[in-house]
Amino acid sequence: MSDSMNPSGIDTGVPDVTRTLDSSGPGTATQHERPDSSNGLATTIVKSWKAPIGFAVFTLIALVLFVILGRDGDSTFTLSADSDLIQLPDITVAARLTGIIVTVLMAVITVVAFLRVRADRRVPLWLTALLGVLFLFAFLTWVDAGASLPVQVPGLLVGMVSLSVPLIFGAMGGVISERVGVVNVAIEGQLLGGAFVAAVVASITQQPLLGLVAAAVAGAAVSFVLAAFAIKYLVDQVIVGVVLNVLVIGLTNFLYSQVLSKNAELLNSPPRFDRINIPILSEIPIIGPTLFRQTIIVYLMYIAVAAVYFALFHTRWGLRVRAVGEHPQAADTVGINVNSTRFWNVLLAGAITGFGGAYFTLGSVGAFNKEMTAGAGYIALAAVIFGQWDPIRATLAALLFGFASNLQNALGIIGSPVPSEFMLMLPYLLTIFAVAGLVGRSRGPAASGRPYIKS
Amino acid sequence: MSDAASSAPGSSAPVPSAPVPSGPASSGPASSPVTPAGSPTMGSVAPPPKSNQILRDIMGGSVVISILAVLLALVVGGILIAVTDENVQAASVYFFSRPGDTFNAIWVSVSGAYGALFQGAVYNFGGNTFVKQIKPITDTLTFATPLIAAGLGVGLAFRAGMFNIGGQGQMLIAAACSGWVAYSFPLPYGIHLIVAVLAGIVGGAVWGGIVGVLKARTGAHEVIVTIMLNYIAVYLISYLLRTPGALQAPGSSNPKTPADLPTAIYPDLLGGDFNLHAGLLVSIAATVFVWWLLSRSSLGFKFRAVGVNPNAARVAGINVKRSYIYVMLLSGGLVGLAGVAQVLGTVTSGFSSGIDAGIGFDAITVALLGRSKPWGIFVAGILFGAFKAGGFAMQAGQGIPVDIVLVVQSLIVLFIAAPPLVRAVFRLPTPGTAKKPKQPKPPRDSSAQAKPAAAAEAVAAK
Amino acid sequence: MKLELRGITKRFGSLIANDHIDLVVKPGEIHALLGENGAGKSTLMNVLYGLYQADDGEILLDDEVQHFAGPGDAMNAGIGMVHQHFMLIPVFTVAENVMLGHEQTKGLGRLDLAAARARVREIGSQFGFDVDPDALVEDLPVGVQQRVEIIKALSRDAKVLVFDEPTAVLTPQETDELMVIMGQLRDAGTSIVFITHKLREVREIADRITIIRLGKVVGEAEPTATNAELASLMVGRSVELTVHKEHSEPGEAALIVKDLSVVDAVGQLVVNSVSFEVHHGEILAIAGVQGNGQTELSEAIIGLQDDVRGTIILDGKSLVGLSVSKVLDAGVGFVPEDRNVDGLVGEFTIAENLMLDRSDNEPFVKRGTLQLSYLNTFAEEKAKEFDVRSQGIQTPVGRLSGGNQQKVVLARELSRDLRLFLAAQPTRGIDVGSIEFVHKRIVETRDAGVPVIVVSTELDEVTALADRIAVMYRGSIVGIVPGNTSRDVLGLMMTGEVPAEITTTDSIEGALL
Repeated sequence: MSDSMNPSGIDTGVPDVTRTLDSSGPGTATQHERPDSSNGLATTIVKSWKAPIGFAVFTLIALVLFVILGRDGDSTFTLSADSDLIQLPDITVAARLTGIIVTVLMAVITVVAFLRVRADRRVPLWLTALLGVLFLFAFLTWVDAGASLPVQVPGLLVGMVSLSVPLIFGAMGGVISERVGVVNVAIEGQLLGGAFVAAVVASITQQPLLGLVAAAVAGAAVSFVLAAFAIKYLVDQVIVGVVLNVLVIGLTNFLYSQVLSKNAELLNSPPRFDRINIPILSEIPIIGPTLFRQTIIVYLMYIAVAAVYFALFHTRWGLRVRAVGEHPQAADTVGINVNSTRFWNVLLAGAITGFGGAYFTLGSVGAFNKEMTAGAGYIALAAVIFGQWDPIRATLAALLFGFASNLQNALGIIGSPVPSEFMLMLPYLLTIFAVAGLVGRSRGPAASGRPYIKS
Repeated sequence: MSDAASSAPGSSAPVPSAPVPSGPASSGPASSPVTPAGSPTMGSVAPPPKSNQILRDIMGGSVVISILAVLLALVVGGILIAVTDENVQAASVYFFSRPGDTFNAIWVSVSGAYGALFQGAVYNFGGNTFVKQIKPITDTLTFATPLIAAGLGVGLAFRAGMFNIGGQGQMLIAAACSGWVAYSFPLPYGIHLIVAVLAGIVGGAVWGGIVGVLKARTGAHEVIVTIMLNYIAVYLISYLLRTPGALQAPGSSNPKTPADLPTAIYPDLLGGDFNLHAGLLVSIAATVFVWWLLSRSSLGFKFRAVGVNPNAARVAGINVKRSYIYVMLLSGGLVGLAGVAQVLGTVTSGFSSGIDAGIGFDAITVALLGRSKPWGIFVAGILFGAFKAGGFAMQAGQGIPVDIVLVVQSLIVLFIAAPPLVRAVFRLPTPGTAKKPKQPKPPRDSSAQAKPAAAAEAVAAK
Repeated sequence: MKLELRGITKRFGSLIANDHIDLVVKPGEIHALLGENGAGKSTLMNVLYGLYQADDGEILLDDEVQHFAGPGDAMNAGIGMVHQHFMLIPVFTVAENVMLGHEQTKGLGRLDLAAARARVREIGSQFGFDVDPDALVEDLPVGVQQRVEIIKALSRDAKVLVFDEPTAVLTPQETDELMVIMGQLRDAGTSIVFITHKLREVREIADRITIIRLGKVVGEAEPTATNAELASLMVGRSVELTVHKEHSEPGEAALIVKDLSVVDAVGQLVVNSVSFEVHHGEILAIAGVQGNGQTELSEAIIGLQDDVRGTIILDGKSLVGLSVSKVLDAGVGFVPEDRNVDGLVGEFTIAENLMLDRSDNEPFVKRGTLQLSYLNTFAEEKAKEFDVRSQGIQTPVGRLSGGNQQKVVLARELSRDLRLFLAAQPTRGIDVGSIEFVHKRIVETRDAGVPVIVVSTELDEVTALADRIAVMYRGSIVGIVPGNTSRDVLGLMMTGEVPAEITTTDSIEGALL
């Protein structure tokens, strides 16, 4: 951990999941070696029991929900839409039996996790993912038990992607901004600004691509204010972020009422992007309709996620960004201009988030509405934290949150025993669990949120 | 960089100790015992010096800056109004042939808007009765009532080094608790009101207390937790409001509660002609209480110590974690009072999930404008109450969307948070820096980028 | 490469950190820059490294004038620096840290980590370091991290290498190894500036010595100079710190610490089975190099450490496991080693700081309400008694000088009924006048019969105050010796050795290895 570098000696006392996950391989001998351990002083190894404990909690929930409160009857899953080239048959399972099997499997995974931690091994991400997928499967089975309508798996997934797009763009913006050391609470404002400007520019020019570009500029403009206040005026980044969100809401609401609604034909009827079906790929069952029958914004998103991941961890730019966010002074001493690095990357983050805003007006909804982002920026922020400041994990978190939001739509159709509001709450609850350390300790970039003041 | 470093912190507050040139590490951020905002910590105390900086900014800045910030924000708002005004747009088409028309149109639109704002917030010159003439100022006080209470809650948390962005959630829970008591338990006059108010305070305190407990026990950062709890509260209340047997009015299919029983409603202060209710007295009492708490009580002393230097507080035997819990309980309770004011004073005929009316977020701006001091918050609450009252009048009279008020409010806070910007715009000298800032090289980084903004504002101010 | 500094002047406000400093470092020599803490050594090097801009003067490399706008320029010119607080990114690997700022890339802009690894190995093998390029820096021991710093500088072909207090964080063995490395570097033709305040190291390795004091060069010396000569140049006065103190008549043992161990937040055993007693009317000094467990030991006594094992008994009452406020209530007065961080709330007034650790107690608080009139009377009285110089008791403490700040801390702690007084680094960073005052009060406290513990890294202070001295090394007490023990012996003990002729006075001196 950073203590060896940190003369303050303030530490968290919590073992660091991030570090063990990031280190080169499992079970390396150096994993628990502390500085000075060569001194002959005894060291105590602190283990993280949080993952297995979290697993156990979910297993218990599964036990209660799917076995003890289990519902009888069959559940049906539809895997293909009528229009699909390759038709998969529906799957029908017995709800209670599925619940029992899944609960047992989850228990097994939990035991494996316990054993691994006891042996000083880390709990791999795929194990967590497997547990989650199993739980979701059992949950859907439980919900659909005895219902007349099947669970539309393609619809569920397509809806998930659709709701996740702005979240993922926002999360990418958040990851970059926080990695470079500026807390980005203004994602909401960047999304909303992007949505607004995209609608106006695309309406006037009748060119959705220009709208997309304008959205990026708008996102960067919001970022500019954030960067200027946070870096130049050293104003607390959280305050700037929160206030900026209010400012953008006020501004777009005002302009919408004052200008857009009066000239809706001219200013607020943007052409939408067409869906582009990618040949062959779009015909893969389940995956095709979900991922490869999308608009250009979504394809751009795939590229963005891959690019951010690659660039952050494999290029000079990424190395410097992370250095500035972790230890700005060290970066300064090797000749990296900390504040300008921060400035430009916060702008970049805003631009990427702006694309997500454009998705509202050019992709999904088709016109600007007051406060149409409806808190997506805050969920994106949650995804950043839940995803531990890693682009891939943040994307997965955003997909999970998108799925949860979409689930309530889907369940509403089937007739869910769980009120939709509780599904909508899920991302927020999970985030609180994440920051409270029940899922695993989240450690952000060490210098995030702190202005760099050169002596 | 050097510019920012020399002017911004130095101007706002005294440096805690004489600068000892022992190297960059002694004052550099890398070695200061701080906890990053995004990273929850556990174990030893997690001091938030960055909020100390902002607290110093909030409290150390001068009244002049506040007034100029308000002025500047109004100017920007005026520009927005003028630019979006149709008459101005029409006149600007032939600006070069007859510029006077454009200026006239600008004057008409801006003066009309702010005139309406003033008449809606302070004194209605056009009113034909005395009641109508002074009704605006009472409306202002009515709007100010919950803003003051919530602003006190947020400000109190600020003083203990905590960001309470969870006003929305705390208000919703408080409103639900208070409203539930108000419509479902027939109790005698007086007692019913007191019980309903207390229920709201408890509701808000519990919702805020969760944050304090999580921060103290696990180190979870309160900004994240409060934001998340806002949404959880929204969905929770939405669920309860549409569920028969919970908060939904019997026999109704709308997501709305029944009306309050008359025994639980805040009495009118000035009779039925005005909306002003006794909640204002509660807010005044709350202001006195917070003043006493912060400047005269042992608990407040501890809060302030924890807020400014949690390390020293801990070494001095103050239980920092417990302070986080207590301050969030109190903060949530005060914000809860705002929810109570809404339910028992403003919307007594049953409420829906929008009962918080954005006050939870407005409270942040109120607390910042009031520099987290009780009476400062009181004045700021009345100012923003006036903006609200006037904003609605402006919307009704001039057709200018009330959202302009949000813009002005948030700009005020931004400007107040950055005194150097305001000083730059108004070309004020930087206090506390006797020596001329040397300019060895042209600014090549962020300071350069921020300049155009300041310059643009300067132009705007003219 | 020859380095020359001419008339370097650097001011911070009214404070002149460097006053026309001249310095010449020849190729292939180790030039020691000797001076007390705060003499301006680090400032000078930060000017050289481009972190600060000098107000006056110039830097020459091989007789060419240089202009460094930032560290990047200095590095490109061939200057490397091994910082006192390592400038390494903990979550990066060694190779990533070494390449940062001058990264090589291959196709698609990918980082060429293989090249960086090779570079690390190449430089490592050249000087006999064995550093794994793929190890995370935060996992490495401090000594190895320092080697990474050296590799980082060398990987940029540094011809002038600045070591800023490199031994402050090292164990003696690591220090010895570093000396060997510095010798190798010199022999390879690198010019080395070695900043330190430790005389032994200077005499061991330096070729030339420049002494600076209060921002000025006060003299040059050869390594053959005696310690006394160097010390008097460095300190500027042959005066020794003397404290007038009567011989003590220690009473009963008041504080009994037995088998005390402290485990820190990451599971490191930082205090290892320490035992000692402090008697009424006695000053026990705890000496040792910074970072050998003294801080944690005092924090354990005051209740600031979470994981404390063993016993601490004060006047028959156990203190282990008590909260800080309970320990304070038990009559422990505490002066923390960093008063700005732990001792005072800078924004609070003098009066408020005087009641900081009594915010629950009468007469300062009654029924939850502050008794402001009492506080003000009290504060006026104490400010006078402790000679706190300010514009009044409503002055924020942050505006006071270090010495006056420390007097406020002292006034607060000494105005309670004490059963134990524990002062950590009581005179760090304060002026001479205040030092005398603080020392006088500490002795007075002892004379009043209160057991006193003084934790200090300054040998002068230790020998001036102590009736007995406990020397700590790596979490253990090496030995407890009489207050008049010679500095040579104490210095040896601080490296973990116990000279044969010394018999420690306590029979329970703890783990002697």
